[in-house]
Amino acid sequence: MSFSSSLFWNWQPSLALHIPDGFLSLPISLITWVIAIALIIVSLKQVEAKYQERTVPIMGVCAAFIFAAQMINFPIPGGTSGHLLGGTLAGILLGPWAAALVVSVVFIVQAVIFQDGGITVLGANIVNMGLIGTFGGYYIYRAIRSTIGRDSWRGMAIATAVSAWASVFIASILTALQLALSGTVPLNVAISAMAFWHLLIGIGEALITLAVVSFIWRTRPDLLYGSANNRKVSDSRPLIQR
Amino acid sequence: MSNKLPSRNLAFIISGLGVALLIAVFVSPFASSDPDGLDRVSQDLKFEHKASEDAPAQKLPFANIFDEYALKGVPEAVATPMAGLVGTLATFGLAYGIGKLAIKKSSSSIDHNISSHQEE
Repeated sequence: MSFSSSLFWNWQPSLALHIPDGFLSLPISLITWVIAIALIIVSLKQVEAKYQERTVPIMGVCAAFIFAAQMINFPIPGGTSGHLLGGTLAGILLGPWAAALVVSVVFIVQAVIFQDGGITVLGANIVNMGLIGTFGGYYIYRAIRSTIGRDSWRGMAIATAVSAWASVFIASILTALQLALSGTVPLNVAISAMAFWHLLIGIGEALITLAVVSFIWRTRPDLLYGSANNRKVSDSRPLIQR
Repeated sequence: MSNKLPSRNLAFIISGLGVALLIAVFVSPFASSDPDGLDRVSQDLKFEHKASEDAPAQKLPFANIFDEYALKGVPEAVATPMAGLVGTLATFGLAYGIGKLAIKKSSSSIDHNISSHQEE
């Protein structure tokens, strides 16, 4: 198409881990869609049952921030770039359930309005870039924090940085696995290439997530999920009592 | 919960949304245009051609308004900031709306939870 050649020089790649249509086979697309929809439904039920009205505007702010931050590709050495995924950030702030809804909104808006990430592979993108962070990242964060010390800044900081980095790394491995299972690229080369770049991109994720979480920790610690003020309705209540 | 919480929350919401809008509008033009992780790998491993030329999203009405993160029909300097503005407000509104719908439905079940906790 002539139209694409004129755009070539100022075309801004905006994929990051966003998989475009065509990279995944039908079975892999379907399986990841089913996983995404199932987790979204469970999350909706959990939000209905466990969250209070004060969470609603925080969900909006969190979605807006993640969308905006994902527009900002930061350069990493070697002529590549990356951007925030934000799943772990959302999980730390909102808990895994409300966070899952928030990140799903972000990826739906990106795919439907801005053609960023394919619509047929939207399930995979929601799982890889969103739910891995909101569930995997969140539970890694919680495990580290309860090991090192729940109420220390150091415990929070280490837990935040490690879980944010891990969520990006795990997401890249999972994406490589899906690409390989789809027959798009051989598994061994896909994993080593994806893991290499995302080792570095994950550092950006860790720094941004830590900056935001420690800012909230200093200014409004009561807003963090599981803090004393919303313990009554959070998962962390049994953790403390038992 | 204390009475001063709502106004403090309002301050958090306004500043949080404000920061997001500032990033989307004023920082987005300076984003790195290097290929990002998956992009780079698809080029290096030579499977980028497998991306559909004719993606379904191109057939949606939004594709007439936005070319990826660029508003069509406006000068290049404002195309990406405008897309950032619209996208940030859209994600805010949708996430807020979904939260509102889910949590509104549950106000009776929260009362139930609290009363059941008191029984323990």
